[in-house]
Amino acid sequence: MEVMMSIVCGILFMAATYLMLSKSLLRIIIGTGLLSHGAHLLILTMGGLKGGAAPLLGEKAKSYVDPLPQALILTAIVISFGVTAFMLVLAYRSYQELGTDNMDHMRGTDSHE
Amino acid sequence: MSLLHLAILLPFIMALFVPFLYKWFKSVHTGWFVLLLPVFLFIYFFRYINPVSSGSNTYSTVNWIPSLGIQFTAYVDGLGLLFALLITGIGALVILYSIYYLPRAKEQLHTFYVYLLLFMGAMLGIVLSDNMIVLYTFWELTSLSSFLLIGYWHTREKSRYGALKSMMITVFGGLCMLGGIILLYLVTNTFSIREMVTQAPIIMEHPYFLPAMLLFLLGAFTKSAQFPFYIWLPDAMEAPTPVSAYLHSATMVKAGIYLTARFTPVFGLAPEWFWLVTGIGIITLAWGSFHAIKQTDLKAILAFSTVSQLGLIMSLLGAGSASLHFESLDNKMFSAAVVAAIFHLINHATFKGSLFMAAGIVDHETGTRDIRKLGGLMSFMPITFTITVIGAFSMAGLPPFNGFLSKEMFFTSMLKLLEFNLFNVETWGILFPVLAWIASVFTFIYSMIIVFKTFTGKYQPEKLDKVPHEAPLGMLISPIILASLVVLFGIFPNVLSFSIIEPATASILPYLLEDGEQFHVHISHWHGWGPELYMTLGVIGLGILLYLGLAKWKLVYKLFPEKLTLNKAYDVSLRGLDKGSLKVQELYMTGFLRDYLGYIFTFVVLMTGWALFSKSAFTFETAGNAPIGIYEIVLAAVMILGAVTILFAKSRLTSIIALGSVGYGVALFFVFFRAPDLALTQLVIETISVSLFLLCFYYLPELQKREKLPFKLANFLVSLGVGTVVTLIALSANSQRVSETISSYFIENSYKEAGGKNMVNVILVDFRGFDTLFEITVLGIAALGIFAMVKLRLSKGEES
Repeated sequence: MEVMMSIVCGILFMAATYLMLSKSLLRIIIGTGLLSHGAHLLILTMGGLKGGAAPLLGEKAKSYVDPLPQALILTAIVISFGVTAFMLVLAYRSYQELGTDNMDHMRGTDSHE
Repeated sequence: MSLLHLAILLPFIMALFVPFLYKWFKSVHTGWFVLLLPVFLFIYFFRYINPVSSGSNTYSTVNWIPSLGIQFTAYVDGLGLLFALLITGIGALVILYSIYYLPRAKEQLHTFYVYLLLFMGAMLGIVLSDNMIVLYTFWELTSLSSFLLIGYWHTREKSRYGALKSMMITVFGGLCMLGGIILLYLVTNTFSIREMVTQAPIIMEHPYFLPAMLLFLLGAFTKSAQFPFYIWLPDAMEAPTPVSAYLHSATMVKAGIYLTARFTPVFGLAPEWFWLVTGIGIITLAWGSFHAIKQTDLKAILAFSTVSQLGLIMSLLGAGSASLHFESLDNKMFSAAVVAAIFHLINHATFKGSLFMAAGIVDHETGTRDIRKLGGLMSFMPITFTITVIGAFSMAGLPPFNGFLSKEMFFTSMLKLLEFNLFNVETWGILFPVLAWIASVFTFIYSMIIVFKTFTGKYQPEKLDKVPHEAPLGMLISPIILASLVVLFGIFPNVLSFSIIEPATASILPYLLEDGEQFHVHISHWHGWGPELYMTLGVIGLGILLYLGLAKWKLVYKLFPEKLTLNKAYDVSLRGLDKGSLKVQELYMTGFLRDYLGYIFTFVVLMTGWALFSKSAFTFETAGNAPIGIYEIVLAAVMILGAVTILFAKSRLTSIIALGSVGYGVALFFVFFRAPDLALTQLVIETISVSLFLLCFYYLPELQKREKLPFKLANFLVSLGVGTVVTLIALSANSQRVSETISSYFIENSYKEAGGKNMVNVILVDFRGFDTLFEITVLGIAALGIFAMVKLRLSKGEES
C-alpha cells in the first residue's frame, strides 16, 4: 500500500512541477494545489497506513492509526488553503492591473527597468 | 593607559575637536590649533632618544580584547622612535605649510585636518604597536584616511579615480597582510611582534612560513608602492600638495618599509626573502627612475622618484638581511646595508618633503605644475629655487648633501653583495650593482630636470595664469627647515648615527648583538678612492651627457606602447571584472520566473539524487506495509487520471475540474486511511478552493487562447526528476524506520490528561495548541491580505 501511495505522490509531484514551469499564472496556482495534495498524502503515507482504527478513543480498538500526522496535515491543509486563496486573488488582481496572466510578460530584472 | 598610549590616541581625540574649532574661531586658520599637537608630540618623542639610544626600550600594555590575545601594547624602540619622529616632525612642518597653502576662505579646512590627524594617529599607531592586530587596525586606518585625503577635492573626477585606485591596491595588500598575521598566529600562538621574533627559528621550520612571508610582503609592497603595485602613487598626486608631501613621500609609503624592517628578524634568514626584497626593490628603483624622466608634471616626476627611492630603501633592507647569516659583529659588511637603508629613509623624508613643498609653491604661485609651461623662474623665486636645488642635488646624490652619503653607502652595499656566497648570488648578483648604477644615472637626470626645466631656460609668461612671485614667508618656512636638515645631515651625518641609526639598526637586526653591545655607525664623507666613488663620478658624467642630449633620446619612451602599461592593465582588468560579472549575472538572472524555478528544481533533483546514490541510501523494504485493497487501486487510478488530465487539458475549466477531482480523491483516501477529520476538512476546503478557481477563471478567460499546455522536453525531464526523487525518498524513508512513533503517548493520554476522545482534535488544541494558534493567524493574515488587495488602490497620482 505504502509503495503504491509513494508512486501516486511522485506522480502528483511530477505533474505539479510540470505545471509550475508553465507560462500561465492559473496553471502555476493549479500546480501548487497539486503539490500540496501530494505533500499531504506523503505525510500520511510516511506515518504508516491502516495500522488500526480511526483515532477516536470511543472506538475502543486495540490499536489506532497514528494521530500525529493527521494533526499535522490538518494544519497544513488550512495553511495551504490560505495561501492558495491569497495567490488566486493576487492572480485576479494582477490580471486586472496588468492585463495579462502570462508570466513571460510579467518578467523584469534590474537591468531591464 | 600610559602617556605613550595617550600620545598615539591624541591625534584622534584632537580630530574630534577640529570641527568645533573651525566653527567657533572663524578668524583664525584652523591649522594653527592643529599645529600644536605634532609639535608637542615631536618634543615628547624627542625625549625618548636618550633612553632608546642607551639600549632601554619602553613599552606599556592596555588590555583590549584579552580573551583573543589582543593587547594594545605600545612599544618604543629604535625603529619605532625613528618613524615616530619622522611622522610628528614632518607632520608639524606639513601642517605649518598647509596653513599657507590652503586658504581658509575657500577650503573645507575642518575635514582636511580631521583626515590629516586621523592619518597621523594611525601612522603613530602602526610604528608603535607591538600587537599585530592593533598594527593591522592602524594600517587600514592609514589606507582609509589616505583615501579621504587623496579624494579631498572630491568634485574632481581624477581625485576620485586616484583615491579609489589607492584604496583598492592598499586594501588588497592590507588584507593579504591580515592573512599573514593569522598564519603567524597559528604558528606562534601570539600576536606580539617581539614574541614572534623570539620564535623565529620555529617559524622558519613551519610549513606556513612561506605563505605567511609572501602575504606579508604583499602588504608591504602594495603600501610602499613597489613594482608592480606602484601604480596608485602617481595617481595619488591629485591630493593637495601638503598631503602628497606628508603621506606620499615621507610617511605612509614608508609603512611598508617599516613592516619589512620590522619582520626582517622573523623572515630574513630565508633565501626567498633576500631575493624578493632585494630584487623587487632594485626593479622598482630602476623602473621608477626610468619612468620619472618622461613625466611632464612636477608632482608626477616626484611621485615616480618616490617609487624609485622606496625601491632603493627596500633593496637595502633585503641586502641587510644577508647579515643574519653571519652571526658575528666582525662581519659588518651586510649590516652596513641596514644602516644605509635607515640613513636614506631619513634623507629621503627630508629632501622629498622639501621638493614636494617647493613644487607646491611653484604650483601655487604660477598656477601650473607642467614643466613644459614653466621655465626661467629663478629670478622670480630665488628661495624656492635654492630649496629645490638642495633637494634635487641631494636626491641625485651629489656632495655635500645627505643624498650623496646614502648613495655611496648604497653602492657599497650592492657591490658587497657580490661577495655574498649564499643563494647563488654570485651568478645573478652582478645585476644588483649594474641596475643600481643605471638607476642612479636616471635619478640624476630627472633631478636635473626638476631644477633646470623649472627654474632656468626661457620664461614663458603667456602660458602662465598668474604673474609669478616668491611665496609668502610662512609657506617657505617648512621647506627651508627641511632643506637645512638636508645640508646638516650631509655635513654632519654623525649627529644621527648614535642617536637614531644605531638603535634602529639594533631593532632590525636584534640577534647580531651581544648583551650591552651596540652597533658602531660612523658615516664619513671621504673614504678613499673606492669603486663607489668612481661609480658616482660615472653617474654624474653620464648623467650630464644624457641630460644635455635629452631631446634626442627621449623618443625612446615612445617605443613603449601605451597599451602595455601597468595602469592600462589595471584599468582593463577592473573593467573586465565589471563587465564579466554583469555578463554572468545577465546569463542566469533572466527575469523569467520559470527559469528560476527550473534552477531550484534541478538543484533539488541533482543534490538529493546525488546524496541518495553516493551514500547508497536507497533501500526498499515492504515488510511492514499495509495490504492493497481494490478501492485504493481504483482511487489511485482516478487521481492519476485527474492529474494527467490537467496536464493535457485544452481548456482551463477542464483543468480546474480535474484538480477538484484530485482533491476529492485525496479526501476519499483520508476516509480509507481512517482520518475522518481530515476527510471533512479536505472536502470543505476543496469545494471552496474549486469555487475560488472558478471565480478567477470567470475573470481571466477572455484574452486566453484555449490552448493546450505546450510540451517542453526540459520541463518534462525536470518534473520527471522531481517525481522520481520524491518517490525514491518516500520509499527509502518508509523502509527504514529508525524508532517507534510517539503516538502511543497521545493514545494513552488523550483522555486521561486532556479529557478528549478525538485524538486529532486533542493534539490540535491541547498538546500542540500553538500550531493551531498560528495557523489561525495565517488564515487571518490571508483574509486581511485579500481584503487589502481587493480594496486598497493607490490613485494614479500617488503611484511611483
